[in-house]
Amino acid sequence: MTRDRTPDSHDFPTRRYDLVKEFVITLVVVLVASLGLAAIFSSPDEKPITMSAWANADPNNLVTTAASELAGTTTSATYGAPYNSNSEGQKLGPIPLQKWGGVRIPIDSADLVLGPLSNTTNDPAVSSAVAAWKAAAPEQQTKWAADYVDAIGAAAADGEAATGAGGDPANVAAGDYGPVPALSAGLLALAKTGGLEGALDSAGNFYGGDTTKSLLLLADGAYLEDQAVAQNLAGDQWGMMNEVGNAPGQPWMWLYTFWYQIKPFSTSDNADVEVWALMMLLTLLLMFLPFIPGLRTIPRWIPVHRLIWRNYYRRSAGRP
Amino acid sequence: MTTSTGAKSAAETTDPGNWTNRLRGRIEGLVPPGEALPDRQPIYVASWIYVFGVLTLSSLAVVILSGCVLAVGGVQWWHVSSLGHYVNSVHLWSVELFFGFMVIHLWGKFWMAAWRGKRAMTWVSGVLLFGISIGTSFTGFLSQTNFSAQWIAGEGKDGINSTGAGAFFNVLNPGQMLLWHVVLLPLVVVLIVLIHIIQVRRHGVVPPLDADLEG
Repeated sequence: MTRDRTPDSHDFPTRRYDLVKEFVITLVVVLVASLGLAAIFSSPDEKPITMSAWANADPNNLVTTAASELAGTTTSATYGAPYNSNSEGQKLGPIPLQKWGGVRIPIDSADLVLGPLSNTTNDPAVSSAVAAWKAAAPEQQTKWAADYVDAIGAAAADGEAATGAGGDPANVAAGDYGPVPALSAGLLALAKTGGLEGALDSAGNFYGGDTTKSLLLLADGAYLEDQAVAQNLAGDQWGMMNEVGNAPGQPWMWLYTFWYQIKPFSTSDNADVEVWALMMLLTLLLMFLPFIPGLRTIPRWIPVHRLIWRNYYRRSAGRP
Repeated sequence: MTTSTGAKSAAETTDPGNWTNRLRGRIEGLVPPGEALPDRQPIYVASWIYVFGVLTLSSLAVVILSGCVLAVGGVQWWHVSSLGHYVNSVHLWSVELFFGFMVIHLWGKFWMAAWRGKRAMTWVSGVLLFGISIGTSFTGFLSQTNFSAQWIAGEGKDGINSTGAGAFFNVLNPGQMLLWHVVLLPLVVVLIVLIHIIQVRRHGVVPPLDADLEG
């Protein structure tokens, strides 16, 4: 290891310099630039997606999602920590980091449907459906819901044939689905009234500052993602750094987003934790670069510093 | 008998057991005398690249100022007020400028190998500041209470949860994210900025590579 022979900066000849004046001028410049950019380009503010909008735009999907929550087959139902213990979650090699975080935000996916409907007292059909569901054995509940989800099926897409009723609950084959159709229809009706978000997030506590349940339910459906894909915001569309419209978003996250676009991360079941681990490693490399032989010498090999300090070097070269 | 209320005895000012004296000594020793706000700089400090550090600092001031104005109106204000929307735009664009200037500053310091001469921890605090600033802006995007916030929360939760941190840092909870954005993370950012500036003033601006005082 070579010894650092950098001289003390305080031993060099000096020139006049006004730090405070420099700060004030740059402050004015940045303020004017920010005011100007804001006036010219504004900032995006697309209204949030409401459950009512989802219910009206894609009611079949909301019904299917509700039945899937009851069946325990949605993304959130099978997520693992921090919401439940229904999967191991992502692993970094053999290390179950997600599981180690623990189930600290416990959410039963069926409660995303039953919770709001349990407070509905003006619809006897829904009330009796909730009672029938609660009276059934867990195995029976799951069978009803899973059978109903299968019966609804999905529309033909991406070269695959339609299944079940092609995604339309109105056309499902006759079968024993227990109270699930009534529960799903009840959630759809509640969503259309505009009261589902409040029933999920603020029931019993008045203040609704935590939207975890609403966002999980919304993300379990297809409507939110469809809207995002239409705005080029999906994960494989560099979505984490993009904003709606032409707004710049978070370009400083380009490297984080980049890894999701390439293999092995783009096809890995553990992509999130792998990308995080890689970014942490790269950040630590950057942070401790001064201590890493080779990397810390790059500025000597590529002499950009000759440009930065060209006046100093020119003056030094001319000294007797 | 005469008494002096202004003059302190030597024992009073040097008493090592006095916590106030020790703290004052620590503070006074952070930066060499006259170097906290000097009116002169080494002769080699003559490049536009040096401006980007202070531009970053100025941008942070505008970010905080515009954020404070937004805080006056509350979480939903910018959705219903044209003035609020404009202030939000100022906040957004000052953040964009902040990161732009910071990245240029970082690259400038890289090509200067600015960690030389016992300045490694200055580099470390700068990179730490960059990382925490990204986290701070991320919580801001989560606090927008609009479609972007919904989507970013839905996507972001998978990354955070995969590390186990989601159990404590719930990106689906805008109330928690807003408090992190307007209180906790800005405090950390400002604290590290102060440490970074003290480090810069303590060691002075790094001399050019291969600079020779005796040449």
